[in-house]
Amino acid sequence: MSGAEKIAVTVTDIVPLNDLVTRFKFERTDGGLMPTFSGGAHTVVEMQDGDITRLNPYSLMSDPMDQTAYTISVRRDDEGRGGSLFMHNNVKTGDEMVISYPVNLFSLDLRARKHLFLAGGIGITPFMAQIKQLERFNGNWELHYACRTEALGSYVDELTSKHPNEAHIYYDDQKQLIDLKNLLDGQPLGTHVYVCGPKGMIDWVRKTAEAEGWPREGIHYEEFLAPQPGKPFEVKLAVSNKVIQVGEHESLLEAIERAGVDAPYLCRGGACGQCETQVIDYSGNFIHRDHWLDDDEHNSGEKIMPCVSRFEGKTLVLDR
Amino acid sequence: MTIQFNDETFRDDYSFHNSEWAINRFPFPFHEDSYMYSVNMEQHKGGPSGSIYENRFDVDEHYVSEMRDRAMVLADDPLRCQSLPHMTLAGWDLLELIMVSKSEDYPDLFELHRDGDKWRWVNKPMGIDDSFTFLDETTLPYGPMEYITRQAQGDFAVLDQRDDNLWMDAGMITTQADWSLDFDIGMNFFEWHAPVPLAHEKGIFIRALKFLLNIQQGSPARRLNWTMTVNPLLDTSPENYHKWGVQKTELTPENLGSKQHLRVELQTFFRLPRSNALVFPIRCYLCSFQDLMKMPKWGRRLHRVIRDLPEELATYKGFIDNRPMMLDYLSKFDDGLPTSPGIWPDKETEPPLQVGS
Repeated sequence: MSGAEKIAVTVTDIVPLNDLVTRFKFERTDGGLMPTFSGGAHTVVEMQDGDITRLNPYSLMSDPMDQTAYTISVRRDDEGRGGSLFMHNNVKTGDEMVISYPVNLFSLDLRARKHLFLAGGIGITPFMAQIKQLERFNGNWELHYACRTEALGSYVDELTSKHPNEAHIYYDDQKQLIDLKNLLDGQPLGTHVYVCGPKGMIDWVRKTAEAEGWPREGIHYEEFLAPQPGKPFEVKLAVSNKVIQVGEHESLLEAIERAGVDAPYLCRGGACGQCETQVIDYSGNFIHRDHWLDDDEHNSGEKIMPCVSRFEGKTLVLDR
Repeated sequence: MTIQFNDETFRDDYSFHNSEWAINRFPFPFHEDSYMYSVNMEQHKGGPSGSIYENRFDVDEHYVSEMRDRAMVLADDPLRCQSLPHMTLAGWDLLELIMVSKSEDYPDLFELHRDGDKWRWVNKPMGIDDSFTFLDETTLPYGPMEYITRQAQGDFAVLDQRDDNLWMDAGMITTQADWSLDFDIGMNFFEWHAPVPLAHEKGIFIRALKFLLNIQQGSPARRLNWTMTVNPLLDTSPENYHKWGVQKTELTPENLGSKQHLRVELQTFFRLPRSNALVFPIRCYLCSFQDLMKMPKWGRRLHRVIRDLPEELATYKGFIDNRPMMLDYLSKFDDGLPTSPGIWPDKETEPPLQVGS
C-alpha cells in the first residue's frame, strides 16, 4: 500500500478560530499514544466524502512532545475542490477518521544558531510546532507573521502573550509590511530562514535572501499546492493496462487510485517526489505544477507528478 | 526464549564460536548463485520466528561478549564514537527507539519504566539498572547515543537529513568493515561512498539516496551486505589495519575452514521522530566457512558466488589474493546440483552433498 503508515483516530475537539480557520484535535481511537514527531511535519487526513476519498496534507501544530493528541488547523477554501469544505462542514466531534504517520518535508536545520520564521496566513501552522520544539531546548528563534486582518490572525494572541519578544505580527489591511531586506541584513551569522505561506511570499523571501547573499542551504520553504481543477483528460496506464478518465475536479493521482491502481505518494502537494511517474508516450501539452522536477525535466516530456500536474491533448501513456 | 550468552573473544585467542542455533539463523546473504550490487531494500517489519529479522534489534548469544569488545575498542580509541553538536536530539531518539524496542521484544532481558521524563532502564544481561531524566544529558554517564550503543550490538551511523542529502554527523563505529567514522564524520552520502567500485556507474547511489530520504516514521527498511574476514574480528577498522591486515596472509588450506569467515551486515534504516534524522544500524554477523558448509545449499552457492564475482568486487572486499585458496576449499562442497531460490538454508528439502561426484 502507498503513503505513510496509517493511524485510526477520533476527532475529540473542534474549535472555530475565526471566519476561515478551524482547529481539529485527533486522539487515537484505541486509546494509545501518538508517535512523537519533529516540528514542521504534516499528516495526510483521509476524508470519506460520499464515493470520493480525499487525502489532504495538513501541518501538525501541536507540541511534538505531546503524545496524547495531534492538532491541525484547516483554512476553508471556498474555491477549492472540497477537502477543506468537507472538514469544516461535515466533520463532527466523535467522528472516526484515518490519518497518516507524520512526514517531515520542512524540518528545522538543527545546526542553525538562530531560526528566523516568516509566516503568511495559514502558513503559521508548522511554526507553531517548531516553536514548541525549540522552546523545549531553549532554542534561539524569531517569528514574523503576516495576516490579512486582526480578525483573521489565527494564534496571534497566543503567540504574542507567550513570546512578546520573539513574535512580530503584521496586518495587511493596516498596510504593515515585513521590512524583509533590513530584517535579513540584521541577522547573526548562522541564522537559517524558513518561510511558509502563499506562493508569492515564498518567492519574495527566496529571491530577496538570495540577492542578499544568503546561502541556498540556509533558506527553507514549504508550500503545499492543492491540486487545481482543469479540463478532463484521458490517460492510458501501461503496466496495469487500463484507460482512465481524469475528471475536472480530481487530480491525476486520484483518478489512478480510483481505478484501483496502487500508486506511490506522500505529500500529495508536489513537494516530496514520491509519486514521480515516467511518461511512455504523449501527444499534447503537460501542465506541470510541482516543485519537484526541474525545468529540464518539465520540458523533457518524460516525467509527470500526478498529484498536482495535469495534461491537455490527445494521448498520454504512463508507466503505471 | 532465554538466550545463553557466550563467554568469548574477538581478538587474541579468538574464542568466538557459533552454536547450532546461531548457525541455523545466520543471515546468508545470497538469494541466488551469483552476486551483483543492487538496491536490495525491503521493509523491516518482522520475519520468520527466531530469525534475525524477527525483532527490530536482534539480540543473540554474542551480545555480552560483543559489548565487552566494544568497551575495549573505545578505551583504546575514543574517536570511534562521535556526535556533532546538532545531533544530540537524534541521540535521544535512538536511545528511546532501542529502549522501547528491546523492552517490548525481550521483556525477560530488558525493562523500561517511564513516568513522564523520569525513566528507569534495566539491562539484565549487562547488569545495568539506571534511572535518568529523558532529554537531560547530565543524568547519564555518557551522551545518549553513546550510552545506548554501548548496550546494543552492531554499529550505528546517525545521519542528519538536509539539503536533499544525508550527512554522517554522528555514530558509534567499532565493528566496521574497513571504514572510519573519524575520517567520514561530516561527509554526505556521495562523499562517503566515493570509494565503492561499479555501483556509481550503475546509478545505484542516486536511487539508494532517494529511497533513504523517503524512509518514513513507522516504516523502517533493511538490506544485507557482506564481505570476508580472516579470524572472527569485529574491529576491522582502517585505524587498526596494521594489526589485522597481516592476518589475511596467515591462511593455509588446512586452517581456512576455521579461520575464514563470511561477514554479513544486517543494515536497517529507521526515521528518528523528534530530530527527523535517520539511523543506520549496521549489525555484523560472522560465520566460519566450516560452519557454513553444514548447510548443503550454502556450500554449493557460496562456491559459485565467490568463483564468479567480478575482480573489482573481490579486490574491494579485500580477498582477491586468497580467492584461489578459498575456491579450492569451497569446490569440495559444490556437487553441481541446483539450489533453491532465496537465502534460507532449506535444510529439510535440499539434498545432502553428493560425495565423490
